[in-house]
Amino acid sequence: MTRFLLRRLAVALLVAMTVLTLSFMLTRLSGDLAISIAGPNATQEDVELIRRAYGLDRPLTVQYFDWIGRAVLGDFGTSYFFRERVSTLIGSRLPITLTLGLVGLGIALVVAIPLGIIAAVREGSWVDRAVMLVALVGQAMPSFWLGLLLMVVLGLQLQWLPISGTGSWEHFVMPGIVLAFSAIPALMRLTRSGMVEALASDYIRTARAKGLTRLSILAKHALRNAAIPVVSIAAVQLGFMLGGSIVIETVFALHGVGFLAWESISKNDFPVVQAVVLVLALIYIGLTLLADLLNAVLDPRLRA
Amino acid sequence: MSATLAAPRGRVRHRLGLALGVLIVGFIGLAAIFGPALTPHDPFAQDLGQRLVVPFWMEGGSLEHPLGTDQLGRDYLARLVYGARISMVIGVLTVIASGLIGITLGVLGGFFGGRVDDVVLFAITCRLSIPVVLVALAVVGLMGNSFTLVILVLGLLLWDRFAVVARSTTMQVRNLDYVSAAWCAGSSRVSILAREVLPNIATHLAVVATLEMALAILLEAALSFLGLGVPPPLPSWGLMIAEAKDYMYFSPWVIMVPGVALFVLVFGINLLGDGLRDMLGAQDAR
Amino acid sequence: MTAPLLDVRGLKVQFGGHTAAVRGASLSLRKGETHCLVGESGCGKSVTALAVMGLLARGARRQAEVLSFAGQDLRNLSEGRMSRLRGDRMAMIFQEPMTSLNPAYTVGSQMTEVLRRHRGTPRAQAVDRAAELLGRVGITAPGMRLGQFPHQLSGGLRQRVMIAMALMCEPELLVADEPTTALDVTVQAQILRLLAALQRELGLGILLITHDLGIVARIADRVSVMYAGEVVESAPTAQLFAAPRHPYTRGLLSCVPVPGKVRRDEPLGSIPGVVPRLPPGFQGCAFRDRCPHAAPACAGPVPRQPAGPEHEFLCTLPPDWVRRAEAA
Repeated sequence: MTRFLLRRLAVALLVAMTVLTLSFMLTRLSGDLAISIAGPNATQEDVELIRRAYGLDRPLTVQYFDWIGRAVLGDFGTSYFFRERVSTLIGSRLPITLTLGLVGLGIALVVAIPLGIIAAVREGSWVDRAVMLVALVGQAMPSFWLGLLLMVVLGLQLQWLPISGTGSWEHFVMPGIVLAFSAIPALMRLTRSGMVEALASDYIRTARAKGLTRLSILAKHALRNAAIPVVSIAAVQLGFMLGGSIVIETVFALHGVGFLAWESISKNDFPVVQAVVLVLALIYIGLTLLADLLNAVLDPRLRA
Repeated sequence: MSATLAAPRGRVRHRLGLALGVLIVGFIGLAAIFGPALTPHDPFAQDLGQRLVVPFWMEGGSLEHPLGTDQLGRDYLARLVYGARISMVIGVLTVIASGLIGITLGVLGGFFGGRVDDVVLFAITCRLSIPVVLVALAVVGLMGNSFTLVILVLGLLLWDRFAVVARSTTMQVRNLDYVSAAWCAGSSRVSILAREVLPNIATHLAVVATLEMALAILLEAALSFLGLGVPPPLPSWGLMIAEAKDYMYFSPWVIMVPGVALFVLVFGINLLGDGLRDMLGAQDAR
Repeated sequence: MTAPLLDVRGLKVQFGGHTAAVRGASLSLRKGETHCLVGESGCGKSVTALAVMGLLARGARRQAEVLSFAGQDLRNLSEGRMSRLRGDRMAMIFQEPMTSLNPAYTVGSQMTEVLRRHRGTPRAQAVDRAAELLGRVGITAPGMRLGQFPHQLSGGLRQRVMIAMALMCEPELLVADEPTTALDVTVQAQILRLLAALQRELGLGILLITHDLGIVARIADRVSVMYAGEVVESAPTAQLFAAPRHPYTRGLLSCVPVPGKVRRDEPLGSIPGVVPRLPPGFQGCAFRDRCPHAAPACAGPVPRQPAGPEHEFLCTLPPDWVRRAEAA
């Protein structure tokens, strides 16, 4: 087990290094940065000045190792647009995105797990079919459109929730619902299939033969085994949700890292873009590691 | 035993979903191909005297503009069918690009195993850790909006599921008895790949293709919605929603028309994929 | 003669109206008796056991003229009342020890929950009882085993754990569905010896389901032979082996090599064909297509005939047909 985790950790580090390289290449391969930064009205001298000021005149390999060396220490440079250190900028926005992600995951789990269980218990019935239809609808719903619909209905017509901004917890409800929608189908299908498999297993027959109550059979014996894959997918889904928060944060003007990334992209503020890509990727890598650890805790067969 | 007996009813249900999926995708596909030629209006022609005309089922609407007009007086129906063409083309081309990358990697990893497979697995892991929407937006933002760029970027980003499925199914096929028999009979690697592996994994890949196409269409809409996808004035459905967004509080139907179209298309493609999978699954069971 | 512990008459089980898995099976088991139910795979013996325990899958329909346990009618018992009997007064062990224990919980946790459910015993006492029973079924270092997970145990150990778990509440009836089929031959023998010993010491009634006539000969007090969802012959073990009456039973016994009885140059017997799947409402003898003595009368109603003390068989042939055939 320890060897497995060490191996996973090594792979994670390797992945992180690759993503570091990719996010560097991402900005450099997209054309001449100095021209992008300078803007359409700049003269040739302006561009040259910018190129030298930002160190873009150095060979690519030098720039690369310089960026890696700093990034490893948590120094992502300075934002061109905000005139602030990128690390402070991200540090101040990250809590908002993380809150949004956790709210979204919370809503998704609260909806998906009970529905998945009900569908599994009533496998083949109309309830099961209805639940699977919900999954299909959720999968097909464009998140930004759902966001707009909620703004019109909940925000404007019913006036239950604020339409946009970051001020209070109420600002997280609508974006949270929208974000949850993207994770619900996968979580629900997995809960359902896990429960169907568990309920058909021999150990459930044993539990029934022992005369256990229905609640104990479902909640203790079946769910515990069905939960193992759900937990790891939940962690992975949280990673996807954070990556997808850029759309939702922009729709709801929620000032998290996603919104920051969108602003920076439109301002050609590449140090920020680079850093956000990297940070989100690192969070995802961390979450998959966490999922493996949780699996080991939940599944005694993986412990040793 | 109860599973085999429940199957007939289930099969009918899946056929129903599959049929509905085929119907939706077929209808929108036909609209994408022939629609622009059939609608009387030009999707790009502005008519500032006819701004935000409501659809025919609402008070004040007419059949002149059955789905109304947008904020610049352009006919919504004409833009919608032209937008269907954009969604479909982007969906199909992205799937071809990502399919080529993903299937190649997956089959190589699954077929050769060992070091090759380690590299493929590592590539998949790296790909999954990259936030798709963000990177796509960043590339389009830095290189400028263009139709081709959107397809290229999505194609380069959405190959992971193809690779995962191609890899695992190739492994399964590789270990089947009759494939081992072909090895023993002296067939070459290439002929085993072409005659045993590919035909056997093709059905699974078809299912992935539908799901990826749905995803590509949703992502394109999201990129265009954020202004970093298909360049205006092309009527991408995502772009139509973005342009209509400022008017949605007064006339919500402006975001309903393109939004519903997008939802129905993606829903139809997913139904198709699910129906396909269940049909193939049923065949596997038999 | 005392009332039987378990009495089943005319048991029918159907799945969804297409196949009748059990078609009017009857058997009875006295307190402290080992009763073997034998037959080929697919003959409905496992379904019979599950039907008795009320463990049939959803969608299965169970009917019976009599289905009683210790004088209590089980036919219309609610699932709640039934679950209070299961694990307490009637227990069951299964064929697959590898998968029958929950992989996520320790042996101790799975054993003690039986007592806690049925008796409300405090944890500490339940743990003591579990340790005692693990020792009783021949597991060394029971204290350590209680803290282990199923995947850390061998197949034989797991089946012992299953048996110990079934005994937690001192049941009167133990239903064992092919408990040794998945185990090595040496372990099989150990488990069978254990069951026999437990049966003697605890006065346990055992309904043992098997397809292995060797096991039957060694352990059973009484045998019922099942074919296509019916009990076609039932007799005390010695009687059945000495004077089988039903052509199917005779065929079954001729398939088993008995040293000294079967000549080396003579081929072993076999029954042509397979067990048929019968639709509900099938008439006549189910064995007639495979039977060497089939006659037109076999398509009609088949009588249940006595062939000696506590010996019954289901056939149109007269009880003394074997003697007559040998004389002829």
